[in-house]
Amino acid sequence: MADCPALKILIADDTQADRMILESIVKQEGHTVVIADDGLDAVQKFSQEQPDIVLLDALMPNLDGFGAARQIRALAGENLVPIIFLTSLTDTESLVQCLDAGGDDFLQKPYNRVILQAKIKAFNRMREMHATMLVQRDQIVKHNNQLIQEQTIAKQVFDKVAHSGCLDASNVKHYVSPRAVFNGDVLVAALRPSGNMMVLLGDFTGHGLPAAIGGMPLASTFYGMVHKGFALTDILGEINAKLKTILPTGVFCCATFLEFNFRERTMTAWNGGLPDSFIYRQKSKTVEAITSRHLPLGVVPNSQLKVDCQHFELAVGDRCYLWSDGIHEARNKSGDMFGEKGLRAVFHQQPPPEQIFDEIMHAVTNFIGDGEVDDDLSLVEISMAAPDQVESQTMPRFPSPTPGLMEWSLDFEVKPSTFRYFDPLPLLLSVITEVPGLRSHSGSLYTILAELYSNALEHGVLNLDSALKQSSEGFAEYYNLRAQRLRNARRGYIRFHLSHDSREEGGRLLIRVVDSGDGFNHQLWIEDQRQGRGYSGRGIPLIRNMCESLHYRGKGNEVEVVYRWANELLKAG
Amino acid sequence: MAINSTVSSDGAELTISVEGRFDFSAHQDFRRSYESLDTPPRIYRVDMRETTYLDSSALGMLLLLRDHAGGDTSAVKIVNCNPDVKKILTISNFEQLFTVQ
Repeated sequence: MADCPALKILIADDTQADRMILESIVKQEGHTVVIADDGLDAVQKFSQEQPDIVLLDALMPNLDGFGAARQIRALAGENLVPIIFLTSLTDTESLVQCLDAGGDDFLQKPYNRVILQAKIKAFNRMREMHATMLVQRDQIVKHNNQLIQEQTIAKQVFDKVAHSGCLDASNVKHYVSPRAVFNGDVLVAALRPSGNMMVLLGDFTGHGLPAAIGGMPLASTFYGMVHKGFALTDILGEINAKLKTILPTGVFCCATFLEFNFRERTMTAWNGGLPDSFIYRQKSKTVEAITSRHLPLGVVPNSQLKVDCQHFELAVGDRCYLWSDGIHEARNKSGDMFGEKGLRAVFHQQPPPEQIFDEIMHAVTNFIGDGEVDDDLSLVEISMAAPDQVESQTMPRFPSPTPGLMEWSLDFEVKPSTFRYFDPLPLLLSVITEVPGLRSHSGSLYTILAELYSNALEHGVLNLDSALKQSSEGFAEYYNLRAQRLRNARRGYIRFHLSHDSREEGGRLLIRVVDSGDGFNHQLWIEDQRQGRGYSGRGIPLIRNMCESLHYRGKGNEVEVVYRWANELLKAG
Repeated sequence: MAINSTVSSDGAELTISVEGRFDFSAHQDFRRSYESLDTPPRIYRVDMRETTYLDSSALGMLLLLRDHAGGDTSAVKIVNCNPDVKKILTISNFEQLFTVQ
């Protein structure tokens, strides 16, 4: 048996002879003794001396042992002070009463020295164990408080990074529960310079901080690139490469990435590893699924990443719904999962479209009922809207003008190996926006460049016929052909010529785009447009509206626009 | 949740069976089942016959196994999946990385 350290032991007995016997046994073991001669005295001595173990005679004047035990217990609080009753009673009932009154054990008179010593040792072990437990409990409480505090701060930082975009836009509804953030859900949305909206919902593997931490590089890459006008596939590639580099094997991000073109009312989608997203068609009240066709982000290197997208035509009022698997895996009390069935049931009931979002939240919450206490829900709805109906507090803003490019020109030629893999628009736009007054025009300029470039690429170099886009099947076919021809392109070029003059009141930017294609009968085409014929070619009338002039030249493979702008600072002054 | 592993008599094939829910709690056992071998097997089979559910951390564990088995040149088969398990593997497009049977 382990040696017992010296303890302070309170002995309370009204019989002096018994007290002396006990005192001598206890002292022989090297302990210090405190004496009390009745119950009241015992309570008082206890609070004065704070002994480690208490030996109490059951029957004493003034206050008996049972009453004293109760008061001593109260005084000791959460510290364990073993109380051993001393009794000459032998009937079962009396002995049980000793324990019921809060005693830990009893010792029958006459005293057996060996048993008393063994009991003191045993109770000391219990006392030490209890003390250790209290220390550890306090440590756990401290750590837990610290963790909660750290998570609160981390969530604040995370919210700022992840939600600095346009989630507040008038056509977006979203909900991401706090617990979902720490299960690795991340939702980001931003507007490109062209006015297109990009939305990405991601779900990192695992739980807690390790899962949440990957959201930071994802969000910063997303916002950095969307604002600069990079294409969806470029952004996907960059995020994938970054996650693959920094995350350990086994941690990755299931994601759905959507881009909404409000002007053309189209939507481009890429889903890697998330459950089907839904498109709700307002007119037919039907649901179309955007199914996962790809590996999640951060699993394979970019050389193996597939970035082919699905293209959808939407009408104003159509709605897209994204969710992570938290909704599907929400469980009720009997452990059933909400599942896709639960989601489809909501749509099946055909609530008014503007209530679908709330109905889904409602259905999931009802389903869970008294099940899981912690919710783990991410849900976002994006509606197709007319371009001027998309309002956000966080439209891209640009720093105040500083001296920069004034008069300059630039010739830039893009060859097959480049346009197969590289989008030159962000590069050109970043040159143009070096002109101080043009920064606030980057949205229009991006649109103009993008329309001219895609016309030159698709109709010029790739020789695609826009008539294909007139039917829904043709629409998909068009994009398949585009991808296929782009892959196989070996010849051709697209040349940009940009030149700019600055004056005090503003400036004039000339953009000429020449492609290696066969051109087209632009006189006839312009006549058609004027008559309002034809489904495609919505880009050109738009550019006409934005620019001072637009002219096709030569056989139609050359287009020139003039963009004139007024210095807004001057106007304000 | 229980992980059992057996090696074929010639040592060429390791079969790891996962019983019940395959989630993060299986992490240690799952890793141990293939890291503890003295001679690496040529083929890895993950038997899901008794697997009721698979979460995303289990997908992560499968990727770790794939890396351990040689990454792109690995031979990892996932066999006997029930429809629920199969669906999760399909959504994640893990058929592109593993042989799923």
